[in-house]
Amino acid sequence: MSQADKMKQGQFTNPETPGYVGFANLPNQVHRKSVKKGFEFTLMVVGESGLGKSTLINSLFLTDLYPERVIPGAAEKIERTVQIEASTVEIEERGVKLRLTVVDTPGYGDAINSQDCFSTIISYIDDQFERYLHDESGLNRRHIVDNRVHCCFYFISPLGHGLKPLDVQFMKAIHNKVNVVPVIAKADTLTLRERERLKRRILDEIDEHGIKIYHLPDAESDEDEDFKEQTRILKASIPFAVVGSNQQIEAKGKKVRGRLYPWGVVEVENPEHNDFLKLRTMLITHMQDLQEVTQDLHYENFRSERLKRGGRKGPEPEEMDKDMILQEKEAELRRMQEMIAKMQAQMQKQGDGEGDGPHV
Amino acid sequence: MEESDTNKTGVVGTEREDGGTGGEQTANMNTANSLKEDKTPSEKETRREQETEEGQTQVEVCRSVPDLQLSIIRDSDLFGYVGIEAVLEQMKLKTIKAGFEFNIMVVGQSGLGKSTLVNTLFKSKVSRKSCTANYEEKISKTVKLHSVTHLIEEKGVKMKLTVIDTPGFGDQINNKNCWEPITTYINEQYEKYLREELHVNRKKRIPDTRVHCCIYFLPPTGHRLRPIDVEFMRRLGTIVSIVPVIAKADTLTIEERLEFKERIRQDLASNGIHVYPQKEYDEDPEEFILNERIRGNIPFAVVGTDKEHNVNGNNVLGRKTKWGIVEVENVAHCEFVNLRDLLIRSHLQDLKDVTNNVHYETYRVQRLNESNMTFSELGFSTWPLENGTGARCDSDSHL
Repeated sequence: MSQADKMKQGQFTNPETPGYVGFANLPNQVHRKSVKKGFEFTLMVVGESGLGKSTLINSLFLTDLYPERVIPGAAEKIERTVQIEASTVEIEERGVKLRLTVVDTPGYGDAINSQDCFSTIISYIDDQFERYLHDESGLNRRHIVDNRVHCCFYFISPLGHGLKPLDVQFMKAIHNKVNVVPVIAKADTLTLRERERLKRRILDEIDEHGIKIYHLPDAESDEDEDFKEQTRILKASIPFAVVGSNQQIEAKGKKVRGRLYPWGVVEVENPEHNDFLKLRTMLITHMQDLQEVTQDLHYENFRSERLKRGGRKGPEPEEMDKDMILQEKEAELRRMQEMIAKMQAQMQKQGDGEGDGPHV
Repeated sequence: MEESDTNKTGVVGTEREDGGTGGEQTANMNTANSLKEDKTPSEKETRREQETEEGQTQVEVCRSVPDLQLSIIRDSDLFGYVGIEAVLEQMKLKTIKAGFEFNIMVVGQSGLGKSTLVNTLFKSKVSRKSCTANYEEKISKTVKLHSVTHLIEEKGVKMKLTVIDTPGFGDQINNKNCWEPITTYINEQYEKYLREELHVNRKKRIPDTRVHCCIYFLPPTGHRLRPIDVEFMRRLGTIVSIVPVIAKADTLTIEERLEFKERIRQDLASNGIHVYPQKEYDEDPEEFILNERIRGNIPFAVVGTDKEHNVNGNNVLGRKTKWGIVEVENVAHCEFVNLRDLLIRSHLQDLKDVTNNVHYETYRVQRLNESNMTFSELGFSTWPLENGTGARCDSDSHL
């Protein structure tokens, strides 16, 4: 029986090993607390229309995030700019709750002139950081809601010969703000050789343009061999070539999720057919790491930029408003702190004056 | 813009000369190729049948001036064999000697399989990729037009096939007016032809570089037409015959394909886009029925490849994946066969006719009205005719 179990049973017996303090039990406590609290994760999906983003999200999390979806016609698409649509869903599995927010970006890359289709997306990411910064600097920090984007799946079309100019520009614009995970969509359109060629091409172009995609952390040396092997395989498969589907097809006697063609069945969860399982494994095993990198790297970058700018009168008018609001709030904070200090001083004086009257 | 007009030969080693046939040419440049009677395959077949059975041919009445009274003489009224039907054989021989010209343009984003499809259609390496040495797949910064010409021969019938490719279309971040180089090119070909036609001494056979057919490749998103598709087809549908196809269709299941096609047809109708075969140019009910069937099936969902694999003992063209082999020529898998039949086996002559009689005429009327000149004026003012001989057209630097 482990120490934790013994403690649970209320047996505060002496530990067997002398010199054992017991804080090895801390991870379990953290684990229990987090399970109770639940996890929050925000995932952004970006890519042209028709690349199977919604289908993939539904397949990954086995839900239907877009029940009443209407695909707009070309005429509507011409007038529309990029929208941001965030849908939140609470998923529970074996007692562990996950509050998943999926941020969709319909309209990206649809217009004939896609010159400013990413300004909306970048403002959204910055807004979330701003809000978090504001909450963090606020008075009541107990219930900070973390809506920062932890990961961005960027969907690359399998039809081209590599990255398109739009892909390169977009990824360069956000690689310092969010973890970018490139994904090759609709991979059932490629033969194995074409897939390998495309992956190599994309990796070369990413290097060439200096795009910083999310890199899986190397396995620690004390992890077991299986995990190390798994991490190695995952790292070698980036970008993942995926196929999404929630339809159950009957294949070889068993029911699998897949796509039924006249020439065969593409199984979503078959590692020989596509990298869906690898993508899911990566997301789940490294969800914590994605959040950490967002907090430690991207958010800190944003914060230092922001505070540097907040010091002097900002050059951009919209930033100035936010600066002013921040400064006002800080001034208010100081005022309130002064007031509190004054009240405390008063009470102390009163208390001294009255001797041992009831203290406030 | 780059120029790469390579004249390569197919099986036959010689190149067809202009006027080499030495046959009679009609004044309005309707060569032997474009007689209307050879249009539909059913008609062709019946005529062939009828050719073999002597004395049973029906005389076809030509449409004439309304007031003129024409009496129909059936061959049961003839008291002997005249030999009128032998004109068909003469036509055929002339046509074979003269050969055909066909100019096809492929438009679509990079990576949609345009070059592969053209190679598959004509079962030979006719696309720009196969002909340029050291070909590298890089997205070009502007829309360039790239034309490659080949002479293909099959069973003694020669065809001069020109494939015009449009790399760079729709690939940039800002694709505004990316169709302009294409419309300019098409109009230039009409202009070239018009100039040749208006010469005082014109050639026996005007080289026909007009675009007879434009295949527009739609990406298999499964949703609807995109704004760029609508803009392009709207602008070009009035000057050239557009045949839209769904590229790389092995990414759509059968239901998705049907839904996608239905939505595209709705989008085309709601935007007033007329693709080939246009309803307005159907001549008779037979043709109408045939074309209706085609119209109900466009855009064709195609898959192209030049690799062969072994399926059930046969060598078929296909794409091999871990979950099966997509057979290109299997109608249950994709509609490549329908596209090929439409373009080559049944409607090739019709495409040329529509280009000549409809699109070219529209352009001609527009031009002549614009310049408000008569034929001879146009001829004299634009060409320095020294001694009455025609000057060569010097406008082939547009590619």
